[in-house]
Parts: sequence; structure tokens; C-alpha cells
Amino acid sequence: MHPTNPTKPLRAYGDRQNDGMIQLSFVLEIPPSARAKEAARQFAELHGVHEALVTTMESCADGYSYFVVYGHSQHAIDASVIEVPELRTEALTRDEIEHRVTTRLARKIVVVGACTGSDAHTVGIDAILNYKGYAGDKGLESYKAFESYNLGAQVENEQLAERALALSADAILVSQIITQRNCHKENALALIDLAKKQGWRTKVVMLLGGPRIDHKLALELGFDAGFGPGTKPSDVASFLVEWMCGDREHAGAALALAGDPVTDPG
Amino acid sequence: MNLVVDRYAKATLLGRGISFFLGRALLAGAKDVQDAAERLAYGPEVDRGEGGPDAAAALAALAPHAQKAIERIDGARDEREANKARAVPGGNPLKYVIVATGNIYDDALQAKAAAYAGADIVAVIRATAQSLLDYVPHGATTEGYGGTFATQENFKIIRRATDEAAVDYGRYIHQTNYSSGLCMAEIAWMGAVERLDMLLNDAMYGILFRDINPCRNFVDQYVSRRIIARSGIIINTGEDNYLTTADAIEKAHTVLASQFVNEAFAKHAGVREEQMGLGHAYEIDPSVENSFLLELAQAQLVRQVFPRHPIKWMPPTKFKTGDIFQSHVHDALFSLVGVTTNQSIELLGMFSEAVHNPMLMDRYLSLKATKYVFNTARSLGDEISIKPDGIMAKRAEQVLDEALELLEEVARDTIWVAIERGAFADVKRSRTGGKGYKGVFERSKDYVNPILTALES
Repeated sequence: MHPTNPTKPLRAYGDRQNDGMIQLSFVLEIPPSARAKEAARQFAELHGVHEALVTTMESCADGYSYFVVYGHSQHAIDASVIEVPELRTEALTRDEIEHRVTTRLARKIVVVGACTGSDAHTVGIDAILNYKGYAGDKGLESYKAFESYNLGAQVENEQLAERALALSADAILVSQIITQRNCHKENALALIDLAKKQGWRTKVVMLLGGPRIDHKLALELGFDAGFGPGTKPSDVASFLVEWMCGDREHAGAALALAGDPVTDPG
Repeated sequence: MNLVVDRYAKATLLGRGISFFLGRALLAGAKDVQDAAERLAYGPEVDRGEGGPDAAAALAALAPHAQKAIERIDGARDEREANKARAVPGGNPLKYVIVATGNIYDDALQAKAAAYAGADIVAVIRATAQSLLDYVPHGATTEGYGGTFATQENFKIIRRATDEAAVDYGRYIHQTNYSSGLCMAEIAWMGAVERLDMLLNDAMYGILFRDINPCRNFVDQYVSRRIIARSGIIINTGEDNYLTTADAIEKAHTVLASQFVNEAFAKHAGVREEQMGLGHAYEIDPSVENSFLLELAQAQLVRQVFPRHPIKWMPPTKFKTGDIFQSHVHDALFSLVGVTTNQSIELLGMFSEAVHNPMLMDRYLSLKATKYVFNTARSLGDEISIKPDGIMAKRAEQVLDEALELLEEVARDTIWVAIERGAFADVKRSRTGGKGYKGVFERSKDYVNPILTALES
């Protein structure tokens, strides 16, 4: 790479400095015609694309045209003045997760999950634990590194505690989707109290997840970590591996930096 | 109906079949089956089935109603066949695309657009987590996350749209949905009477990937397939999913073995081979040298092993990235295998696979590219032969041998033990675990079910 001047505004690079070449493709609700072509050109111009050249116009549905446009973007960006929060640590890869657990722990991490109280919505816990996973990211069940038990919905705290202890769980995952009258907080708090009373709170890593949960709230409620919307199974897997393999600070710090929950990952 | 079944389940009377009580309610004066159900659900007393009409009398009372239900399935089937005679389906591989807006009216629009661009089959993806609902939602729906709810009204709306498209473009457009999850049988019925052409329906998918109780799933798949067999619907099985979790090179034989298992279950339920869209997929890591040859070998193997079955060929998904340009090339090679090995149903790859649910433009470009590949290589498969003892022949033999070995293990240990051991997709499930087990009841000796009896005859 050439050493770059950090204050130089960046323009799109086609085949020479500052030519600003980009391509766009889009659909407009108009059948192909000379007017449609001109509309596409002007549409591109509005996006800052000068000397827009409509290279394709095809009917892609009844009354809709598909366009490809090339042109010179007039926009430039100064990367040196951009403020970006530190990126959270990337989720570990599947191989890395399996490798760390095999080499450092030499046994499976036992995970027990449930939707507690009256909550019947297992979407979250299923996405994290079940094989199928979420958005192409397979659940903990798909890893050799984990032995996971999904107790499903409407599990009472006492029941969850009993199963977790019987299975010698390393981690407990609680999913709380229903948030009416803050019942999610009460249920969660009650479980922590139970764990303290029974004397196993510090022996098990406890995670809380749900659409209204974030890391900060989970910590306040006495959990070790919180996972909000958009969390993928690999995020949870990475956290657990880092925690279980002795890097607790790193695991927690990564979450603290995660910032606003990602919404609607599609 | 749900209320009736719940009430009679609670009274531990379901072993005789709910039909028995419906028949008795009809004999007690109910004017139709709906009225009978309401009487059973809301009547002051639960009918404990003691005294009064016996099973034979109850069956006789239900007979005309059962016959009418079967006639609805047959009527829809005849209508489908008449429609197919008017607007003839395109040739193989049929081009299958997905719409998934969440709003059935938008789905209808997108389905028509897809038909315009050359699609032969349009599937409406189901809303996330519907598979785990133990009932079917009602009415037209305009909101759904990750897809659109499967409801009978939605089936009607989308069927109307693809019927119109068939007339407009002079080509039959197949309509697809999902008979899977906890309501396989209910949705099979809806699909049958609303004249759907295909249903995703797998003997084991729910067990493996949705953690549905194996007993529940095997009962449900049987009943759903009895309906499907009668209705002439083509099933699409889900073996492609194995390769999204397990490795596509190492576990290729589990796909073939599962296809045999699916076939056996389907035959047992009366489904004809011509209705069995056994699934498999192009999911080998594209960075592996000669992976294209391995894909070609597997696709040819499946084609030859199941010559009469409308094989369902699924696109790459696992190794797709946000690089849509590379993804488009990946899909083109997938289509080349599809046409060369004469797959029957090809779900088209989307260059935006790893980005979002397909948009109108994505589908259009995918159809355009696929049409190019199919047309340009139409007779390639007839013109070439596979070198004996070459990479592909050896690979096919190896997969076949491994599949046989696995099937022999399943035969020895039973399917229950095989599933418990994780023989398929590396997932382990126990006979009494999973969702929906509380909906499983043992039949008593005097169990009656006139619909199932009619479908089995």
C-alpha cells in the first residue's frame, strides 16, 4: 500500500486518481422508454453521480425497469475526521471456539437455557441454542464445544436451578421477551437471588437475553452478561469460550463496548 | 376444534379419536361438524363415551361429512390438472424463487413479478417461528418477521395471483408453502384444498432442526403425507439443510441416506415417486480444488438413484458473502450443474443471499442468469459421459457405499436409535424429548378417524 496522507479527502477510485467512478444498480417503477432512461440518469445525478451513463435498462417486471448506471461521484470523504467507536472484538470463528475449548478446557461447556416465568416466547433461546440458529449462524447445539440443554418456555426459576445443578451446568442462559410491567426484570432478579441463597451464584456464569436487555441492564440485575436484539449464537459462544477459558475481562469488555444493540439484522 | 381437542385431551379421552365424539354429537342432534365441535367444546358435560352410539354408529354419522372433505381435496386436484392442461408448465429444471415480504399482498405482487421474469415456481417463506406454533393463524396477514404467515386466506390470495400470472404469461406457475413444524397435517389440508402445487415436507426435519418430538413428528408427517398423496401435491424434502450444518464433503452420504429414508416414509403414506421432490444442495466449500466436480458427481448420483422423482436442487448459501458479484458467479456454476444433471426443481441462488431477503432486482438478475445457463447448456448432460474411474465416478461410488453403510446401521438399530445417536446432520434427539410430545396420545383399540381411513383406502 502507498503511504496515504490522512487528511486527503477520499474519492471513489476507478482507474485514475479522483475520477470518482462508481456504478449503481436500481429499479424504478416505470416501463423502459426514452423517458425512463432519462429519469434514471437524473436519478443518478441526484445522488451526486455526474456524467451518468445508463448502461442497462431492462423491463424486470410488468411496469418496472432495472438500470445499471456508471458515473463520476462528486462526493469526497475525509477519513481523518471521522469518529468511530472502538469496534467490539469480533466473534471468534467456529474453528477457534472448538480449538480453544479442546486445548484449554478439554471438555464440553455445559449450557442450560430457558425462558423463565410466564414467558412462552422461545424464539430467542431457540435461536441461540438450537441447531438451526439464526440468520445462518448455527446455534450452540451445532458446536462440539458445547453441550446445550434447551428447557423451553415457562420454566420456573426453581426448576431451572434444579436442572442446571443436576447437569453441572457451566452456564445458564435466561431469555426474557415479555416485558409487561417489568416482569422480565423481576423474574431475572429472583433467579439471581435464588442462586445466591442456594450458594451457587459464583460457580455458574449467568447470561440474560431478550429484545429489551442490554449488557448494562444485565449487570445491574446481577448477571454476568446481557445480550440484546441481533445477538447471534456465535456472539454468545465467543463470550462463553472467553469466559470459560480464563479471559473473563476480555469477554466482559467486548460486550461493554458493543454499545447500542443492533436492530433488525434482516 | 382446538378447544374440543384440548378439552378431551384433559379428560384423557383422546385415545378413541375426537371423531368418535363428533359422530356422537351429530347423532345427538348437531346440525353439522362445526356445531358438533361447538357442543363438545362448550357443552356443560364432557361426553365420556359411555353408553349410546358405538364407534360404528359414530362413523356412519360422520361418513357424509368425511366424504365431502375428501371430495374437496379431489376437486382441487382436478382443477389443478385442468389448469396445467391450459397453461403448460415450463421444462426442467423448473425455476423456483422465494418471496418473503411478510405482507401477503406484497408477496402477491412480487410473485407476479417473478413469474414475469421467468419463474416457474413461487414459494412464500413462512414467518419465523411459525413452525413452533401449535395452531394455524387465521385470515390475511400483512406483518411477519422473516416471512409471511401460512394461513388459509393467505394461500387463497397468493394462489389467485399466480393463477393470474399463468394466464398472463401462458405458463403454469406453481405455488409452494410449508407443511412442517407442529402443524404439518393442518397445513397439508390447507394446501390441498387451496390448490397449492408443492409443500416443503420432510420426515425428519422438524425433529433435527426444530427440536420437535420424534413421535409427534412421525405421526404428523404420516398424516400430512396421506393428504398430500391424495391431493397430488409434490413434496420438497429438506436434506439440503444437513449441509448447512454438517460438512458437505464429509457428510454427503447422509443426504443420500436421508433421501432413502424420506422416500420410505413417503411410500408408506401412499405418496407416488413422481410426487417426491427429494432435496439436496450445492454447499461444498468453493475454495476446495475440484469442488465443482464433487458437486457434479453428487448431483448426477442423486439423479440416477431416483430417476422418476422430481429432485429438488438447492443453491449455495453457506459460503455466500456480501460480495454479490462473486456470489452471482457461484450461482451460475450451481445452475450449470443443475441443467447438466437434469435436476427437476431448482431453487435459484440469489447474489444477495448473505445480505437480505431477495428483492425484485435480485430475483430478476438471478432468473436472467439462470435462463442463460440453462439455455446455453441445455443438452450438455446428454453429450458428455463421466470417465470411469475418474474423480467423479469414484466420488459417486464412495458416497453410495457410505450411504448404504449408514442405512444398514439404521436398519439394525432402528430410526429412533439412529436419531438419538446423531446419524443425521450431527443432531441428537431422544424419543420423548422435544416440543409437542404432550400432543401425542396412544390410540385405543376402538380408535376411529374416518378421514385417515378414507385416505388410507
